[in-house]
Amino acid sequence: MTATAQAHVVGRAEEVPLGEGRAFTAGGTPVAVFRLRDGTLRAVAAVCPHAGGPLADGQSDAKVVVCPLHLNAYRWEDGSSPTGAPPVAVYPVREEDGALVVEA
Amino acid sequence: MTAILGGRAAGQTSLALDDDDTRARLVVVGNGMAGARFVEEVLERDGGEHLRITVFGDEPHGNYNRIMLSPVLAGEADEADIVLNSHDWYADRDVDLRAGVRVERVDTVAKVVHAADGSATPYDHLVLATGSHSFIPPMTGVRAADGALLPGVVGFRTIDETREMLAAARTHRKAVVLGGGLLGLEAARALQAQGMVVELVHAADWLMNAQLDAEAGAVVRRSVEELGIAVHLGALATEVLGTDRVTGIVLKDGRQLDCDLLVVAAGVRPHTDVAVRSGIEVERAVLVDDRMATDVPDVYAIGECAQHRGTVYGLVAPAWEHATVLADLLTGTDPDAAYTGSRTATKLKVAGVDVAVMGVSTPERDSDEFLVISEPKRGVHLSVVVRDDRLIGATLVGDTRKVAFLTQAFDRGTPLPAERIKLLVDLSDGDAEVGVAELPGDSQVCNCNGVSKDRICGAVADGCTSLQSVMDATRAGKGCGSCKGLVQQIVEWAADGELTVEESASWYVPGIPMPKPELVAAIREHDLRSVSSVFATLARGGEEDAKSKMGLASLLKMVWGSDYVPEPDATFVNDRVHANIQRDGTFSVVPQMKGGVTTPAQLRRIADVAEKYEVPMVKVTGGQRIDLLGVRKEDLPKVWADLGMPSGYAYGKSMRTVKTCVGSDFCRFGLDDSTQLGIDIETRFQGVESPAKIKMGVVGCPRNCAEAYVKDVGVVATGKGRWEVYVGGAAGASVRKGDLLATVSTTEEVLTLIGRFIQLYRENGNWLERTYDFVPRWGLDRIKAVLLEDAEGICAALDEGIQRSIDAYTDPWARDLAEPASPGQFRTSLPLTVLPQVPVR
Repeated sequence: MTATAQAHVVGRAEEVPLGEGRAFTAGGTPVAVFRLRDGTLRAVAAVCPHAGGPLADGQSDAKVVVCPLHLNAYRWEDGSSPTGAPPVAVYPVREEDGALVVEA
Repeated sequence: MTAILGGRAAGQTSLALDDDDTRARLVVVGNGMAGARFVEEVLERDGGEHLRITVFGDEPHGNYNRIMLSPVLAGEADEADIVLNSHDWYADRDVDLRAGVRVERVDTVAKVVHAADGSATPYDHLVLATGSHSFIPPMTGVRAADGALLPGVVGFRTIDETREMLAAARTHRKAVVLGGGLLGLEAARALQAQGMVVELVHAADWLMNAQLDAEAGAVVRRSVEELGIAVHLGALATEVLGTDRVTGIVLKDGRQLDCDLLVVAAGVRPHTDVAVRSGIEVERAVLVDDRMATDVPDVYAIGECAQHRGTVYGLVAPAWEHATVLADLLTGTDPDAAYTGSRTATKLKVAGVDVAVMGVSTPERDSDEFLVISEPKRGVHLSVVVRDDRLIGATLVGDTRKVAFLTQAFDRGTPLPAERIKLLVDLSDGDAEVGVAELPGDSQVCNCNGVSKDRICGAVADGCTSLQSVMDATRAGKGCGSCKGLVQQIVEWAADGELTVEESASWYVPGIPMPKPELVAAIREHDLRSVSSVFATLARGGEEDAKSKMGLASLLKMVWGSDYVPEPDATFVNDRVHANIQRDGTFSVVPQMKGGVTTPAQLRRIADVAEKYEVPMVKVTGGQRIDLLGVRKEDLPKVWADLGMPSGYAYGKSMRTVKTCVGSDFCRFGLDDSTQLGIDIETRFQGVESPAKIKMGVVGCPRNCAEAYVKDVGVVATGKGRWEVYVGGAAGASVRKGDLLATVSTTEEVLTLIGRFIQLYRENGNWLERTYDFVPRWGLDRIKAVLLEDAEGICAALDEGIQRSIDAYTDPWARDLAEPASPGQFRTSLPLTVLPQVPVR
């Protein structure tokens, strides 16, 4: 996140089903938004920094998202990769009146 | 930006030093293995009470284990695993770490360290631990005009160089490694493990010539070549080719080797720049006395940058001895501490071969005894040199079982057996374990992580009862792995029979602490029908684990059939959209084509779909189907609708395809109707989930045109209505001829037997364990007894289990076409990328 991060309404909250990820565009930045099993929303860059894989198609748990192409994992907390890939950008995401808001 | 190993979370800053601090100022230049170990040793002696410590590190990272770079390069260890001390570790201990700041020179009169960031840091004691750098031999073209290495040329010393090689391995094909010493061999093997074609160029006449004699070197060479790595000995590289990136090298004899990655591992040179610029006496390295002191007062040098009594050490053990002695001196713990040199014994794994070396490798005097056992065919070469009844050298290649005893004899000069052969071979007199029991407590067991026998015993005393937990607690055995056997022996000895086996080794998936049979029982007992309920009930702390989900989903489908409660997040993307994801995020679509038999009408529909959706490639698969590659995710339902064919399951951990030959209908050699049997088998077992994919084949005669001998299940007609059923064959990354399970007389028996075998495998195979591993693991005899003679009385249950899954089959394409499994199931996941990016053919 940089000083110029802005809040963008990227879609409706119900577009992201429980446990899954969906990709959106936040002011020109492709982002993958996940709704974790406990209901928490998380957002990372949509494109895997390792080899360009679609992170929104990945599987997740409370700590990481796993890219479907080569199974690199990325931590929600700071985007760092326990599997040694370069880190992914993480973005604040929240639900506001049923809208999905991503700061990117 | 590349990640900083052991870095701190953003926003945290270092502690400001209190100017009223009256403690003496200790400055360490170098944050590698020696420097950081020294700081640890000082802190262990409570040195922080009267020393305030500043550490300069050239690299931006925390302190990491350089020895572990090879496993990282080979993909066997994560970067995170090799961090020894993170930035937080330093901050927590009030040590001022200046990571990424290079020291330029030292004003030894004013006692100030000048760094590249313009800072001036006063010191009372200065320790140089600047280590070594890769030696780049003079070669035409190795450097670009600006003096930097030509892109694609890389040394092997740092995590950043390791990352560069890993990146190159993803995008490039061919590597040349210069240097057949330890580092070069490790780089070559690791890059090969990353899928590169590797050639090794070594200037001397045998590998590891610094440690091994010619014969032992030849044994290593043979093992390296067996890995598929080409070895060029006595070869000198004179020129590096390429303008923007390396394209090859030229050898002195004129031969040219193409490559797009050149790894230079031709030795190291001590970093002495700072010492030289500061007027400290340097020969090959910084000269030190027995107190590790240089010729300048209050300036010390340790590790690979130090030269002591004429020797510069390149191993980690002496560096740690330096650190210990200097910490004793500077903290006043032992004012008489002195370093008198190291007897270097090293134990490592090179290119998959265990190697242990200590002392001299060949006899030096006429009176020296020299015993050699050489078995080059077995990759074993053992030798010892004995002088005046003392062991002065040993070389063990390919078999290091005697290393504990030999190390002790070498270090302590303990008496040797009169029958010298007992030094190298256990002549079954039952004292094999004596080595471990008699090993001195402070002798180093794990050289990679510097773990002594005492620390391993301490971990056991502190309650670690399994090999794995001891390894986790001490890091012993977590480097190259060559000492794992010894660690295990010590743990067994220390636990005195109270040892437990690390349970996680037997778990079905990492996130649930249970082996498969127990897990299945618990799932049934608690009536757990969804993956989330399995985590909630059976995982430690109820915590879910992304990498366990796919295996659990597969297991639940096996246990519950149609009563399984699917959750989209529990399944891998392939199973969510019933297609196989490709490198650019598009998918491949393979419609079912039972037995590889199709019709003109099907082919027309496939052709129409391929044109309508601009499918970049249409390919006939190895499994006798047709693959539409490069389909956009959002087009998948439309493609299925237009095809009007069921899924071929070319993406799942499930029964995939049954290949057939044309059998007796057309073939003049065919003995039976293999085509129809193949179609019947595919119809019966279509889409059945399994621990890993299952491929089948049916052939009408032993000519094996549809390759049934190398399938998970293969059926071969032998005439007169008889069929042979083979299991556990493979022709992928592993090639294995299937084992003959039985010969039967009817196609009904074929179907029953296959069903039982699949169900046995489904219930007992580990996640992702193919049948070619499962069958040998269980043993053909046991499988025969269970399936043919019902030796364990489970055949009825197996029949029932497989039938439940067969009854639960629905075509996933038709199902999700009627009603998407979840909203946005087929939405693109790469919104700004134009797909497909795969080439259109």
